[in-house]
Amino acid sequence: MTDIPLTAPSPGVPRAALNTGARLWVSSLLVAGRTVRKFVRTPQLIVFTTIQSALFLLMFRFAFGGAIGTGGSLSYVNFLVPGFITTTVLWSGMGAATGVAEDVEHGFVDRLRSLPIPRAAVLIGRSIADTALIVWGLAIAAVFGFAVGFRLHGSVSGALAAFGLCVVFGFAFEWVFIVMGLMGGTAQAAQQMGLLITPLVFLSSAYVPVKSMPAGVRQFSEFQPVSPMVDAVRSLTTGTRGQALLQHSTSYYVGQSLAWAAAIFAVFGLLAVLRFARR
Amino acid sequence: MTPILEARGLMKRYGKTQALAGLDLVLNPGRVVALLGPNGAGKTTFVRAVATLLRPDAGTLRVDGIDVLRKPRKVRQVVGLAGQFAAVEEAMTGRENLEMVGRLFGLSRKEAKDAAVRVLEQMQLTADADRLVRTYSGGMRRRIDLGVSLVGTPRLLLLDEPSAGLDPGSRIQLWDAIRGLVVTGTDILLTTQYLDEADRLASDIVIIDHGKVIAAGTPAELKTRAGDDMIEVHVRDADDLPAVSGVLAKLGPDPRVDVPTRRAYVPVDDGSSRLMDALRALDSHGITVEDVSLRRPTLDEVFLALTGKPAQTTDSPQQPASA
Repeated sequence: MTDIPLTAPSPGVPRAALNTGARLWVSSLLVAGRTVRKFVRTPQLIVFTTIQSALFLLMFRFAFGGAIGTGGSLSYVNFLVPGFITTTVLWSGMGAATGVAEDVEHGFVDRLRSLPIPRAAVLIGRSIADTALIVWGLAIAAVFGFAVGFRLHGSVSGALAAFGLCVVFGFAFEWVFIVMGLMGGTAQAAQQMGLLITPLVFLSSAYVPVKSMPAGVRQFSEFQPVSPMVDAVRSLTTGTRGQALLQHSTSYYVGQSLAWAAAIFAVFGLLAVLRFARR
Repeated sequence: MTPILEARGLMKRYGKTQALAGLDLVLNPGRVVALLGPNGAGKTTFVRAVATLLRPDAGTLRVDGIDVLRKPRKVRQVVGLAGQFAAVEEAMTGRENLEMVGRLFGLSRKEAKDAAVRVLEQMQLTADADRLVRTYSGGMRRRIDLGVSLVGTPRLLLLDEPSAGLDPGSRIQLWDAIRGLVVTGTDILLTTQYLDEADRLASDIVIIDHGKVIAAGTPAELKTRAGDDMIEVHVRDADDLPAVSGVLAKLGPDPRVDVPTRRAYVPVDDGSSRLMDALRALDSHGITVEDVSLRRPTLDEVFLALTGKPAQTTDSPQQPASA
């Protein structure tokens, strides 16, 4: 049973050359390409997240909307949709926590870590892919928003800036979910951890005006990253009616949300790298 | 000749578990080595250390002369890893998986395509190359996983429990694929808890238990250590087993009885003459036998002789990936 040729390689087969390994950007893009392909080729994932997002919007627009006053001349649909679109980045980012945890759990991360590529490529690739998926989610959310009656009252360049801001914010928050995925151990645990951001979404200015909240909750919602982000997007897309509801100027909210995004990226990016480098 | 793998005093502890307890091992190139041991023996920990996936607490570890602790990146250029889990992307085809990893190994687009074609051929997956991996059978998945580690040209291929959980037919196909690699000049270190797998695939077997090497040698050498030959008696009536055991005790040390299969066996040093003694003694005790045979010890018996406990041959729960 064991009489296989063992000692000498067959003639003509050279001693294996070194595998040089791909550079950072090539390997990051290859890793990203795989994550995007996985998403695109898993129809359940796309259909389910899309339906979820649509139901959510319909519920607020038509079920709760009638009872929510904006406290100004801005109609509720125009108030809601910027908040809805902004928070889409958090809902779709949550999938990243599960995805990262699955990759760790099923050995895909080990496979990548055993290859001669810069280890950062695994994380960078993931964040590129998920940011691309966030862009997709944002586009869908915007289409839904217009479908339920939202109309742009700011400039087109303002709307594009708002979209870009959402992408930046999504990229930054992505690292929170990557850290959760790395720490979760299992996909289920990571999913549970992902739900921890739910309070940030609901206790914000996304779906209801913070003025309607009791003092403590209101303070919390004013001093957390989602509110300035939503307010920046709302300010950029709803024109003077929307701006009348806000205390500060558009640039104030834009500046604040960029500062938040930078801080979140710095802290969680570092945590992700530290966690990933541990072995 | 630089050893392909050299471990000295390797230690790794997880909380209270000493996964590696001063493991020493030197492997020369041109061999297929099986790391054999029960669950929790430290096999997976060792392989993960070699693959630079975890850092040993103490000791030295070199792959092809390269220090794993100091130059992990260089080590990753010479090793390939196929894990306990089939770590391939299910939403991609077999070919796409191979091309992706090929490019990660540093091949150009064209080279990666060619490498994928070569590996698909080698793994007998050419016909299924363009199907998504999620439609593959367990055996095919394992072969594509093995193949993925081969699109680069590893000098040392690490296979962690390659056939765990596969049905017998798929195992044999996988074994054929692994045997095929040997002739291409790749050294292989595989871990297994299946004794027959080690016996069939490896030129050397290293038995580890509690994080240490307890024996190493060719399968034949290890079998010799458990006694040159075994006399095995298969009786018709299980009630005769104690008497048979008494007879065998006079021929060699420590006879063992397996009641469910109605067999008793003992290692002996001079097989053919002891066999005659056994037959005479059994006859004089009036014991009816189905069969008496003289055979080489199995690795199971070797394991028992070396560790004092039987090897696990069942599929017990896997060690966690992080262990």
